[in-house]
Amino acid sequence: MRQPDYRTPHIGIDSVEHQSRLLELWEGEGGLKGFLGTVDHKKIGIRYIVTALILLVFGGLEALIMRLQLAGPNGTLLNPEQYDQLFSTHGMTMIFLYALPILSGFSNYLWPLVLGGRDMAFPRLNAFSYWIYLFSAIFLYVGFLTGNGPNDGWFNYVPYASRDYNPGLNEDFYSLGMIFLGISVTAGAANFIVTAFRTRAPGMSLNRLPMIIWGTLTANAANLVVIPAVSLAFFLLWMDRQYGTHFFDTSGNGQPLLWQHLFWIFGHPWVYAIVLPAMSFVSDGLPVFCRRPLVGYPYVALSTVATMILGFGVWVHHMFATGLPGLGMSFFSAASFVIVLPSAVAVFAWLATIWLGRPVITTAFLYFSSMILMFVIGGVSGFMTAAVPTDWQLTDTYFVVAHIHYVLIGINVFPVLGAVYYWFPKMSGKLMDERLGRWNFWITFIGFNLAFLPMHLTGLFGMPRRVYTYADGMGWDTLNLITTIGSFVLAVGVLLFVINVLKSLKSGAPAGPNPWDAPGLEWSTPSPPPPYNFAVIPTVASRTPLWENRLGESGVVSSVDRGMLLSQGKESIGSSAVDAEPDMILHMPEDSVAPFLLAIGATVLFVGMLLKVWFVIGIGVVLIALGTLLWLWPRRDLREREPVHG
Amino acid sequence: MTPLGYLDAAGQRAHIILPLTWLTIAISLLVCVVIAVLLWLGVRRARSSGGAAETRATAVTGGRSGVRWIGMGIAISGVPLLIALVWTMVALAEASGPPADPGLTLDITAHQWWWEVHYDAAQPDQTFTTANEIHIPVGQRVLVRLHGGDVIHSFWVPKLTGKTDTIPGQTNLSWMEADRPGRYRGQCTEYCGWQHAHMAFEVVAEPPAQFQRWRAQQLQPAPAPTTPEQTRGRSLVVYRCGACHRVGGTLAGALAGPDLTHVMSRSTIAAGTLPTGPGTLAEWIEAPQALKPGNLMPNQGLSAQQLTDALAYLETLK
Amino acid sequence: MAEPQLSPDVIVAAPRDLQVGPVGRHGLGYWGVGTLIATEAALFSYLLFSYYYTGATAPVGGWVIEPHPALKLALPNTILLLLSSLVAWIGERGVLERKRAQALIGLGGALLMGIAFAIIQTFEWQAKPFKLGASSYSSLYFVTTGFHELHVFVGLLVLAAVFAWTALDYFSPRRNLTVSAGVLYWHFVDVIWLFVFFTYYLTPYMGFGT
Repeated sequence: MRQPDYRTPHIGIDSVEHQSRLLELWEGEGGLKGFLGTVDHKKIGIRYIVTALILLVFGGLEALIMRLQLAGPNGTLLNPEQYDQLFSTHGMTMIFLYALPILSGFSNYLWPLVLGGRDMAFPRLNAFSYWIYLFSAIFLYVGFLTGNGPNDGWFNYVPYASRDYNPGLNEDFYSLGMIFLGISVTAGAANFIVTAFRTRAPGMSLNRLPMIIWGTLTANAANLVVIPAVSLAFFLLWMDRQYGTHFFDTSGNGQPLLWQHLFWIFGHPWVYAIVLPAMSFVSDGLPVFCRRPLVGYPYVALSTVATMILGFGVWVHHMFATGLPGLGMSFFSAASFVIVLPSAVAVFAWLATIWLGRPVITTAFLYFSSMILMFVIGGVSGFMTAAVPTDWQLTDTYFVVAHIHYVLIGINVFPVLGAVYYWFPKMSGKLMDERLGRWNFWITFIGFNLAFLPMHLTGLFGMPRRVYTYADGMGWDTLNLITTIGSFVLAVGVLLFVINVLKSLKSGAPAGPNPWDAPGLEWSTPSPPPPYNFAVIPTVASRTPLWENRLGESGVVSSVDRGMLLSQGKESIGSSAVDAEPDMILHMPEDSVAPFLLAIGATVLFVGMLLKVWFVIGIGVVLIALGTLLWLWPRRDLREREPVHG
Repeated sequence: MTPLGYLDAAGQRAHIILPLTWLTIAISLLVCVVIAVLLWLGVRRARSSGGAAETRATAVTGGRSGVRWIGMGIAISGVPLLIALVWTMVALAEASGPPADPGLTLDITAHQWWWEVHYDAAQPDQTFTTANEIHIPVGQRVLVRLHGGDVIHSFWVPKLTGKTDTIPGQTNLSWMEADRPGRYRGQCTEYCGWQHAHMAFEVVAEPPAQFQRWRAQQLQPAPAPTTPEQTRGRSLVVYRCGACHRVGGTLAGALAGPDLTHVMSRSTIAAGTLPTGPGTLAEWIEAPQALKPGNLMPNQGLSAQQLTDALAYLETLK
Repeated sequence: MAEPQLSPDVIVAAPRDLQVGPVGRHGLGYWGVGTLIATEAALFSYLLFSYYYTGATAPVGGWVIEPHPALKLALPNTILLLLSSLVAWIGERGVLERKRAQALIGLGGALLMGIAFAIIQTFEWQAKPFKLGASSYSSLYFVTTGFHELHVFVGLLVLAAVFAWTALDYFSPRRNLTVSAGVLYWHFVDVIWLFVFFTYYLTPYMGFGT
């Protein structure tokens, strides 16, 4: 019988029959097909998180080896080539293979749950973006592990990156690997944007969105339009290296600074993309442990967007020493000062939330609150570099290394660790060990600050970046030793974190649906949630649905127990962009191996390009074309085509 | 003792920069202390510590709006921000513009991993080229024209001036003016490959008379050899070292490596890697790859006699 | 199971007559193609930025190898591409109005015009007085027009698929998002060409880089 094209959804309450019907519709296949073909955002989110944490550990090990080499002057543990590949791979791993994917993982897992939906807008694209991430990470690490790792730093300036000075495969692995990874980020960005605007629970207007939506959406909207800059830069570099073009080389009227502009037009927005979502974890999580809603929600939301917009206009501050005209530098310097203000809004909002709330100290709270100070320390060292003449002294010294680690560890890693403690119970159904958590926190906190606080001095005393060793008598010996010791303490802290995760997975106390008595929609589902997330689609009336009865605000109240059932297929609700009025019933795709096959095709293509074998490139292209055709073939069950007339 | 530190200045340009640096340090420390205190006092208000049970046990409160704290915080932050912004613009204007009437002009080309320094002059026969050690007269503004040789490097003498990159395809301008005599260390500060860590140089600021004497000496060609050893040494140096190096007054005229005409007058060799002296020079010539792996000078494989002869000649190149 | 007593303040969204799946352009897939277009448009912006930046900072005089780029093939080819968008639009309307002949002629016609554009483009490349590796100008010319040609190839595959699916009677006035999304992509390829054409073929006449 032909299904109707328009339907009034049934409204009702949950029941055992309803749940088992939904389970039948939403439970994915088991076995290999299920593993390779799952489109469940929760499974994909966990894959992202686990993969990113593994890469965090790799990056950390790379750092520890470097710190051993730098513990004293004239180190002999590493030769220059090894050191150069280590520092470059460390930067690439942390900034590209850990910092964004970990946030994407949390957002992938949480978004439909906090939005009151049943999946992301494009579940197959979601699976695809994970596989590309995994395969590009493997591609890049094959380079490193075969002694062909990137060796020109994570921002890879030309001419040193060109074939004349870097003849090996190192830069080809890096260039192609980054273009490869860029596909994953772009696919993820498209998914987040459409999900945020079109798949929210009824009533979740823009001013009621959880902060994780604001943070991640802003970051991904930016990624969508800046990733092409870096992909292009790497592509042009690969062309110069392999096909004799002259984009960057002066012998053909090329322009070395073109690389820097393209890279930093991407690079600066990128560093905001890897902290804004993490800041939003704090904005959602910290208030729970202060037992009150976030102070200044509209200002924090707007400042997130404002920071990102301003973030497009500051990239030249990475180039203050390149001989640019003073007028241009003044503009970018001023913008780099101004951007401090929206960033500061979040800091004051968090402090006010603590002061005007009833803080309860838990491990998650410790991570969420301590990051405020480390954010500010990282922020002020950045403020110092905005002052152009001072930057001429600070840039390319360890002062900048101190800055970047305070902002990355302070505004990404610490919120991530807090987010794990906060959302682990939802994802696993178990609580993490609080006592072990305190040990984890304090050792991590002390280790991090011991390692990186003295580094500001190391920089002020002139130690340049990216040196495989240094002479004695420069005033750097003791500082470097302290940093090395601190880095190992930090490593112990991370180890305790991993132990806590594994131990709690095995034997953590049962969590229940809402162990923290938190206000968000995700806490109204079981822990872990069933594949369909919500048995009935909630209707949202405020920012803190589960706290409405406590906050005593008059007016309408959200409904989580009664709502649309949407059980006539694998269905979810689509909504209007601003006010989240329900405006269509979405049919979601079943598990499919097309994304996996397409990712294999892409891998074949990139390997072919690396080896410059046209036959392999051809196979890759064919696989991609077939995979795409298979994926996009109009399907009846998704209502993309008419059923056969009968 | 921090030879590359920039919290003290010995030159005019560095003097323009330093107060701004101290201002921003002071603001930064103040902000960190204030935020740390606010955070500490806020967290100290916590009435319970624990886990999920303690969190649930603490009642949810609507609390006051608190928005004005954000407003106040932003307003207060704006003040030091504005001060720093204005000060920056002023300092940038003052520190920028290359000098209109420099007392001395240098053309510096950065190579992997050494510094080629050419002294410009009105008359061509007053110009000369040296490497890695730059002498300047105290109290005179020196224009530095920076040329990209191979990859991007950065010219930095922290006590005298901020960093300026050397970029192929363009000439960047910097300037320095030492206000007292001294030896000031510089180092490349843009990653440029394997031996980026060993690409230092020195700026020696001297009283004008002393500078003129140094300059006159640098204009001299290499002295003629006076002993048989030196004679053999000169032939060897011209034949072997001349493949990459120049020695003024001989047939060695290649420009791939540092000019050696006055190599013994410099305090270090291999761009700040080793102090100059017969022992280190011997070590360097025999096995440069052991001391600075990856640098562009191959191990020479000289016999003991050849090495002695070469050193005998090289030591005359003062 | 008895329904719980609900306070009268609880609002439950109860929409009526919701469309099931995409209807016309109202569906997630159209937004999806929109994001694809946004990212690809950004890519071309960076390509054109590279052209203008390299040209503006090149040593004076003669950076553009051909100060008067040949328009003999390029201008008619541009018009052909513009017309193909019009023809594709006509085809799309044919699907929306259940006019099968119009749909197939429109989509098929756009496909043929696109193929012609692509072929003429390759003739143009062969006729250029410079090769890929001559200079930064030539590198930028071939890579930019090359990227565009690549997008044309993808667009041709899209048009071919949409044509075939239309011929198989997959679509109707209600279910046709695939067609609209595909035609939108083709329009995008067209608009990008206008920017590329203006930059490479017209600005030299205006004095840029010469």
